[in-house]
Amino acid sequence: MLESYIHDRRKEKEILLMTHIVMGYPSFEASMEIVAAMVDAGVDLMELQIPFSEPIADGPVILAANQQALERGATVDRCMAFAREAAARFEIPFLFMTYYNILYRFGVEAFTQAMAEHRIRGAIVPDLPPEEGGEYMADMAARQLDPIYIYAPTTPEARMKRIADVGRGFIYCVARKGVTGAETDFSSELTDYLDRCRRATRLPLAVGFGVKRREDVDFLKGKADIAVVGSQTIRLMDREGPGAVGDFVRSLR
Amino acid sequence: MDNRGYYHQFGGAYLPEILVATFDELDETFREAKNDPAFWQAYEALMASYSCRPTPLTYCENLTRHFGGAKIYIKREDLNHTGAHKANNVMGQGLLVRRMGKRRVIAETGAGQHGVATATMAAKFGFECTIYMGEVDVERQRPNVFWMERLGATVHPVTDGTRILKDAINEAFRDWVSNMDTTHYVLGTACGPHPFPEMVTYFQSIIGKEARAQILAAEGRLPSRIYACVGGGSNAMGIFSGFMEDPVELVGVEAGGRGLDSGQHASRLCSQDASIGVAQGYRTYFLQDADGQMQETHSIAAGLDYVGVSPILSDLKETGRARFAAATDQEVVAALSLTIRKEGVIPALESAHAFVQAFKEAPGLSPEESIIINQSGRGDKDIFTVADAFDDPRWKAFIIRKAEQYHA
Repeated sequence: MLESYIHDRRKEKEILLMTHIVMGYPSFEASMEIVAAMVDAGVDLMELQIPFSEPIADGPVILAANQQALERGATVDRCMAFAREAAARFEIPFLFMTYYNILYRFGVEAFTQAMAEHRIRGAIVPDLPPEEGGEYMADMAARQLDPIYIYAPTTPEARMKRIADVGRGFIYCVARKGVTGAETDFSSELTDYLDRCRRATRLPLAVGFGVKRREDVDFLKGKADIAVVGSQTIRLMDREGPGAVGDFVRSLR
Repeated sequence: MDNRGYYHQFGGAYLPEILVATFDELDETFREAKNDPAFWQAYEALMASYSCRPTPLTYCENLTRHFGGAKIYIKREDLNHTGAHKANNVMGQGLLVRRMGKRRVIAETGAGQHGVATATMAAKFGFECTIYMGEVDVERQRPNVFWMERLGATVHPVTDGTRILKDAINEAFRDWVSNMDTTHYVLGTACGPHPFPEMVTYFQSIIGKEARAQILAAEGRLPSRIYACVGGGSNAMGIFSGFMEDPVELVGVEAGGRGLDSGQHASRLCSQDASIGVAQGYRTYFLQDADGQMQETHSIAAGLDYVGVSPILSDLKETGRARFAAATDQEVVAALSLTIRKEGVIPALESAHAFVQAFKEAPGLSPEESIIINQSGRGDKDIFTVADAFDDPRWKAFIIRKAEQYHA
């Protein structure tokens, strides 16, 4: 399970890094190169996003990557094959990130079965709140897979506790309002929010949305277990090509 | 939110965590308003003084004679302020925005009708207003963009995805997750996460309430059938909800575009191309591929060009309470033309879909029976689109001359 992996890894590192790619963007070949570069640069976990035509929680950078991956012919089957290969080649845990319709159309049980077979350890499905996720949670639990749930600054404390009861692996704390990729103010307000998160659950905390540079990761040390870098690597890759990703990831910690 | 807005398997609230608290607040405000008899009275009074309600039920003597069957009535939602039933929903949501103490509204729009209606409401209530509109629609519907801007709204062209209505909805959600403290999202149709389908239907039910009383006054008995076009489904839900408990057949008419076999249509409830999915926060029939990626849609009527459909209508289809048909672009232009010539009323292209099916069925009914067609909007306002649909050569020549004047 991811929780014990994170605890073990945290004994050696002050903070872990989770990175993100959209599978098939800019191509499946480049995606695999990026995964290899990220693993080589020492990331501890990775999110593999299955592109969806209506990614409502994502900002412009990841949205455009979703669209272009689909235009270039990314299918769910191709993403599954990619994920299987990545998980077989590299030691770190991989998670799926996608929207619920992808699971729903694939069949939730079949999707979790494929995850188990391909050794994908958990999933982040941002438009599936626990209230709608009964079948998903049962199918994930049956295969010892971790459904990662989300906290937001707007989540009341009582709800945080309810989410903690059903979450597994870690909790993904959205650092601010808005979508992925915009500026986040790393301030005392964020510290207060992370304190609230910490009090609500014993699960490890990951913090994402707007984490871009070493100072942001430093800020999160002692307040969270995992820093999540998403849009920024895509932005960098768009600008400088997949080759720049490894150095960037090394510069974060 | 304990009631999650399911209609059997359809509906629900598939929300990103950041919006859960906002929807809880909206749901609570709506419940309080719904349980407060003074709220509906205030709503009716506002619609009477601002939007010509109750709208008339017009008997179409010439069309009735032409088809030689059931008496044909039309419910005149085209006579609302801003020219469509959309006004009912936006004014209702405007009253809720006041209750919540918010100061800014955002909305998506396809054809521009809902955008204009929202901008009007924002001007009247003193709210800031941003309208999200697909870039393709901004190009197609310039007159509506002109009015939205005059009304003080910021029109934000959406350049992502297919650059039409569904992409505008996604973009409005992205605004909302950043600004929910000050902002309410005025969703334009009976779709989206709970409580929107129920809430929009509630405000649009004013159509059905009036129509039922009007037909009973005119005919002394209930109509046999009700016809309404179905884009997202709000005008259909509005008129259907007045007759839900009656022995009245409810018929929804979708955009058949270039035909159900052409792949170029927007028929979610009567084509093989649709299947059940979860997107934009709710579960319903969507036009999607096997992976669950949403497909492009087509209709001559921009207001029907949407990839999903009200979860309540999906349920009415499954339970058999309502029946659904599709009208092609070509049939729509013919029905529109006939209605204009015979009755001197000008339905919107959207509404004309309902006329197509009614005209197919009216001759088979007896003269003692009556039917009601919901004329959800007026066509004269969308002169550019309607003139294109008729492919009118003199209109084209006029536009060319007009353009030359701007060049000079």
